[in-house]
Amino acid sequence: MKPVRMVEGTMVALPRADIDTDQIIPKQFLTRVERTGYGDFLFYDWARDVEGNPDTGFFTHDPARRGARVLVAGDNFGCGSSREHAVWALQDWGFDAVVATSFADIFRSNAINVGLLPVEVPRSVVEELLAVAEDRAAIVSIDLQARTIRAQGLSASFSIDPTARDRLLKGLDPIGATLELADAISAYEAGRASWLPATSGLSLIDE
Amino acid sequence: MPGRTLFEKTWDRHVVTGDDPSLLFVDLHLIHEVTSPQAFSGLAHAGRTVRRPDLTVATLDHAIPTTGRSLGIRDPKSRLQVETLRNNCATHGITLFDIDDPRQGIVHVVGPEQGLTQPGMVIVCGDSHTSTHGAFGALAFGIGTTELEHVLATQTIWQKRPLTMAIEVDGDLPRGVAAKDLILGILATIGVRGGQGHVIEYRGSAIRGLTMEERMTVCNMSIEGGARAGMISPDDTTFAYIEGRPYAPTGAAWERALDDWRELATEPDAAFAAIRHVAASTLVPHVSWGVNPGQTIPVTGSVPSPDMFEDEAERDTAARALEYMGLRAGTPITEIPVEHVFLGSCTNGRISDLREAARVVAGKRVSDRVSAVVVPGSMQVKAQAETEGLDRVFIDAGFSWRDAGCSSCLAMNPDVIPYGERCASTSNRNYEGRQGRGARTHLVSPAMAAAAAITGHFVDVRDWE
Repeated sequence: MKPVRMVEGTMVALPRADIDTDQIIPKQFLTRVERTGYGDFLFYDWARDVEGNPDTGFFTHDPARRGARVLVAGDNFGCGSSREHAVWALQDWGFDAVVATSFADIFRSNAINVGLLPVEVPRSVVEELLAVAEDRAAIVSIDLQARTIRAQGLSASFSIDPTARDRLLKGLDPIGATLELADAISAYEAGRASWLPATSGLSLIDE
Repeated sequence: MPGRTLFEKTWDRHVVTGDDPSLLFVDLHLIHEVTSPQAFSGLAHAGRTVRRPDLTVATLDHAIPTTGRSLGIRDPKSRLQVETLRNNCATHGITLFDIDDPRQGIVHVVGPEQGLTQPGMVIVCGDSHTSTHGAFGALAFGIGTTELEHVLATQTIWQKRPLTMAIEVDGDLPRGVAAKDLILGILATIGVRGGQGHVIEYRGSAIRGLTMEERMTVCNMSIEGGARAGMISPDDTTFAYIEGRPYAPTGAAWERALDDWRELATEPDAAFAAIRHVAASTLVPHVSWGVNPGQTIPVTGSVPSPDMFEDEAERDTAARALEYMGLRAGTPITEIPVEHVFLGSCTNGRISDLREAARVVAGKRVSDRVSAVVVPGSMQVKAQAETEGLDRVFIDAGFSWRDAGCSSCLAMNPDVIPYGERCASTSNRNYEGRQGRGARTHLVSPAMAAAAAITGHFVDVRDWE
C-alpha cells in the first residue's frame, strides 16, 4: 500500500445518508477475481436512467468531474455488505478520500486497509464543504499528518484512530508486521482448548 | 469489581497481544467464492501461505445457481470464481463444501449446522452477516478482503475494542410474531446507525425463550443496525443444539467444553455502554416499506409520509425511498400487491423457517399473480424438509423448490427479480437494486411471506387460518 499523507483536489458532493455498499458497487460486478477494474461500475444503478442508459447528469458520466479526488457524503457511508470492492471501485474511479459525518464500521476498516482516507467530521463541516463544492473548481486539501481539512474559507480538524493514521502515513503492510509476532501467535495456539473445532481428521466426504 | 459481559470474556480470551488495537486469535475462518479470490492471490503474490487450513472452512453460496446444477455454471465469471475457490482450497488443504457436497449451503447456515460454531469462539468471514454466529455466544463479525488475507496468513486480526450495547427484550412474543418481526421491530427503533461502533448483546426473557434458529435470525440482522456483531449468552438451549453435531466435542471433551461454556454468560452486574429496552408483548408482524431495513413498520400500519420525519435528511431519504418503491404515502400495508415471494437466505432459510411457511401454505394455492420460490439455506435443510414432506406442501401450492444458496437475497446468481417488480422477501436487505436493478423488496418473516404468496398482497398472519 502506498503511503497517504495529503489529499488535494476537487470534490464530488453526494449528500445522501446511509449510502450502502450495494449502491457503491452493485453485486453483478462482484464476480471478478481481480482487485482492479471496478471504477467503471461505481454507483452503476444511480448513474443510469430507467432504460439503463448512462445518465450524463450523474457525476460518473460527467467528463468535467473526472479529476475529482474527494467524495463528500452523508451519515453512515458504506453501510451494509462487507464487500471491499466498494473501496476498490471508489479508488479505481479516482477518489483518494471520502468525507462524511460517519462511516459504517466494516467500510472504514476496508478503506484504511487499502489507503482510501475516511475523513469523519461534524455535520456542520460537511454542510460547509457542500456549499464550497458548489463551485466545481474548488480545491479541498486534507492533511493526514496535521489532521486538518481546508477548502476556501473552511478550516477544520478531524479525528482518526492513531493506529489507522500511522498505518496510512507509513503505507504499512500489516501482514508483514503481524508475521513478526509469530512467536506470540504460536504461544497462544499452544494454550487453546483441545476440544475447539478443527477440520483435519474429520471428513464426511473425501477431503 | 463489576461482573463482565459475554463480549468482554470472549474478547479477553482471544487477545494474542496489544491493547487497543488488539491482535485477536481467530478460531474459525469461513470463506466463500466471492470475497476470497483476491486474498488468495495477494497471499501467493507475497509468497505467503495459509497458517491454519484446519481452522478455515469454505463453502459455495453467493453466486451459484439454485436449479440445473448438473449442467454446471453458465456465467463464465461465476464459473471462474468457483473454480478459483476450488483451486485455492486444494492448494492450501482447506475443507470445501463443494456444489455436490451434501453439506453445501449458505456459509452462516452450514457453520452452525456442522457444529463448527460454538460458544466463546472468535469467528470471521468475508461477509457482513457473520454476525449470525453470535447467537451461540461467539464473537463473530464480517471482514473485508484485505483483512481476510491477513487472517489466512496469520490466523489473527487486529481490532479496536468496540463498545457494548444491551438490547433487553422482556416478556413473551405474542402468537404470530416471529423472531424476524422482533429484529425488524428493533431496527425500526434503533435505525440503521444505532449500533455503529458497538457489539450488541440481546438479552431478556424473550431472547431466552427463542430457539437457536430464532436467535440466529435476530443476530443475523445486527449489521442492519450498524453493529458489526450481535451476541446472545449461551445457555442450555445453545448446548442442546450443538450436542451431537459433526464438529461438536464428544465424551469427556464435551463435558469440559460445557464447563467452559457455562462460564461465558454475562454476569448480572455487568455494565454496558448503552442499554435499550423492548417490550416483546407490544411487537406485531412487520413489513419494510423503504430501501433500508430501518424503514419498517407494523403490517397494521400504512406507508408513512416523508412529512412525518423531523430531520431533513430523513425526510429526503423517505421521499427517495417511496419513489424507488413505487409507493404512495397513506397506502395500507395490506393493500400492497406482490409479484414475487422469496423464502430463504441466511436470515430465514433454516428448517424451522420452512416449517413455519409450510404451515401457512398447506392446502392452499399460490396466487396467479405471484411467482414464489423456496431456497433452503443448505442442502441439509433441503434434505430434512424433504424427509418431512415440506417440499410437497410447497410444490403442491405452486412454489418452486430449489437447491441451497444465497439466491435472490442478493441476486448474484440467475435468481434476479425483474425491474419494477415487487418481492416479499425473508432476506435481510431491501436496498435499491439488491434483488435486481429496480426490484422492490419488502422484508418480512417466513409466515408473512408465505401468506403474501397465497393472497397476492400482504396480510396480517395473526389472522391467518
